[in-house]
Amino acid sequence: MGTSLACAHTRKLAPLAEQAQYLALPRVELTVFVVRALLWVGFIVFLANLTVPAPPPSTSATLRTTPPPVPRPDRRWAGTTLTYYGERPGFGMAFERALLRQFEQDTGIRVNYIPRPLSASECYASYQRVFQARSPDVDVMMVDVVWPGALAPHLVPLSLSTEGFLPQLVENSMVDGKLVAMPGYLGAGLLYYRTDLLQRYGYEGPPRSFDELEQMAKSIQAGEKPVNPRFVGFVWQGYTYEGLTCNALEWQVSQGGGQMLDQVDSPEALRAFSRAAGWIGTISPAGVTGYQEEDVRNVFEGGNAAFMRHWPYCYASGNAPGSPVKGRFEVAPLPGASVLGGWEWAVSAYSRHPQAAEQLVAYQTCLPVQRWRAVEGAFLPTRPELYKDPELLERMPFCAIMPEVFRQAITRPSTRCRDLYNEASSIYFQGVATVLQGGDPAASMGRVRRDLSELMQP
Amino acid sequence: MERRRLAWLLLAPTLLVLAVVAFYPLAQTLAYSFTDARLGSSRPVHFVGLRNYFDLLVDPRFYSSLSLTVRFATVTVVFEFTLGLIIALVINSQFRGRGLMRAAVLVPWAIPTVMSTQMWKWMYHDVFGVLNDLGLRCGLLAAPVAWAADPAYLFPALCAVDIWKTTPFIALMLLAGLQVIPADIYEAADIDGASPLQQFWALTLPLLRPAIVVTLIFRTLDALRAFDIFYVMVGNRPHYQTLAVFNQQVLVEFSRVGPGSAISVVIFLLIAFFVFVYMRLFGVRE
Repeated sequence: MGTSLACAHTRKLAPLAEQAQYLALPRVELTVFVVRALLWVGFIVFLANLTVPAPPPSTSATLRTTPPPVPRPDRRWAGTTLTYYGERPGFGMAFERALLRQFEQDTGIRVNYIPRPLSASECYASYQRVFQARSPDVDVMMVDVVWPGALAPHLVPLSLSTEGFLPQLVENSMVDGKLVAMPGYLGAGLLYYRTDLLQRYGYEGPPRSFDELEQMAKSIQAGEKPVNPRFVGFVWQGYTYEGLTCNALEWQVSQGGGQMLDQVDSPEALRAFSRAAGWIGTISPAGVTGYQEEDVRNVFEGGNAAFMRHWPYCYASGNAPGSPVKGRFEVAPLPGASVLGGWEWAVSAYSRHPQAAEQLVAYQTCLPVQRWRAVEGAFLPTRPELYKDPELLERMPFCAIMPEVFRQAITRPSTRCRDLYNEASSIYFQGVATVLQGGDPAASMGRVRRDLSELMQP
Repeated sequence: MERRRLAWLLLAPTLLVLAVVAFYPLAQTLAYSFTDARLGSSRPVHFVGLRNYFDLLVDPRFYSSLSLTVRFATVTVVFEFTLGLIIALVINSQFRGRGLMRAAVLVPWAIPTVMSTQMWKWMYHDVFGVLNDLGLRCGLLAAPVAWAADPAYLFPALCAVDIWKTTPFIALMLLAGLQVIPADIYEAADIDGASPLQQFWALTLPLLRPAIVVTLIFRTLDALRAFDIFYVMVGNRPHYQTLAVFNQQVLVEFSRVGPGSAISVVIFLLIAFFVFVYMRLFGVRE
């Protein structure tokens, strides 16, 4: 109310001429005011831009070697132009550009490369729109390992050989006996741990069960917290999204809780989810339900966590020059099983050049390219034989444990769910999120089971 | 007669544009809401009558998002209006640097919501967030607080972002209203010996009424359609989906055009209801 007082008084003191103007020309005055305000905003934004330091150049990969040539190049489609939704903006783009340059040179096919949307769900939505319109504007696309089941009606069955590929991935890409996508590189949940801290607190090696993990995280956190109030024991992806499906499925399967579609409210599964809910605020930060991949990585790489559940790429970023945890962490299999992730290459059913498009898919997933991508950029190959490659093992020693991780790996039920996968996964992760938020496990997961069985009814 | 025909002729382009950009999509949404249509599917579309609406009536997610949306709209509109009015009165008075002040107030409104929400999300972060950093340094906090994840703080944290962002808009709308109030009536009131507080209640508020009504309608409608702040800050977190986020999830992420359209129709009806209430409450004719 004090402001109205000030207002009334200044009005009284204002020169008469100015008041007359207010009376006669309110609109003009208002326009002038708005224009002035906009000019000031522009000026402030300009100043802000001057004072804020320019961001450091984004971490784009610098390639040491050129990509391998196309094996048995076929020049029959030289001169064709393909439109391709490839690597998203960021780390992968340099790889993509180099590979496409080589491909264009060897086959004479031109490729119009469009980086796919950063978020996987947005990418999925934009593919849906392309397919809905039966648009021939896209020929080749990268698809997440959980999409082949849903996108199969819109993809061309490929005639490429899957010999030497990881069987789970091939099975995941076969829909009604047809290969609709070629696995290009993959990920799997891994346990990152701080070797220096484990040693300081007297542990010989990484935990082999969730009990051990809890106990180790607790004692390390108790020791570190007085020095660093931000320190936490264990970080993972707890935000309400696909990443939570991966984490929760790992807890459920590892602790004997059965599969995602049928047994979400088995006693073992309920125990696994309640256990995870108990981590929040004890060995995991209260904010973990807001963490996606990059938040988790930043906490661990900032030296603020003892354990982290993450995908393989953090091995490269954590060991990059300047990283506070460089050389102070190692990677182990998760206690129990880990979920498979990764990206595949597919050809749109509405493409006008399916044979030329298949050439690009073959090149992107061929052995030499997978090897090059792995050695240069830590993209894990989908062909098990590469995990014995000496150069790869030397650059990334943890690759030695990967065949064991893959043997036990869990695939999400995307082939069974088909175009309902997104919804099934959302029902699952929203149910788990309710438990993590303090909801009753039996009631929440009971509803998830009912919703899932209703969804999956033919 | 001739004049009347001319009037229709002149109105025709406007009506045509409205029909194409407003009525057609609305009618189509309504039509879809009675079907089981799916995005990107070649399955035939069936007419299912009111089933999508009945499904919605028994869906607990619908009620939790409806309640969240209404709570959010109420809390934010009340705070934004109060703060906006105070700011409008301050920047309407004469002082040095008034132009700069008026412009500075607008900055939050000028930043795209997705970016400002992401900014706030980082500020709220429990490990790196500037709020926790300041709190710990000043000794206000004993341990970092997860503002954007802990259910105890999440709702106020979300409201704070909207209030920060939208108060300037309200201030600007009300300032425009204040500017057209003639100054001589305040002089007359001074001569009659009315206190500033009396002047505020008897002059400023009633004369500001048209601006207040328009502002409240705008803001309430916007708050009822809230999407970006929630989507960026919490995504599809249970009990923190607004109607619009729930709608997006069903329509886009699950590709269910039928049920998704039904939710859109419900949002439309809800907003229409609120507009009707405001119109009645403030007796706006026209």
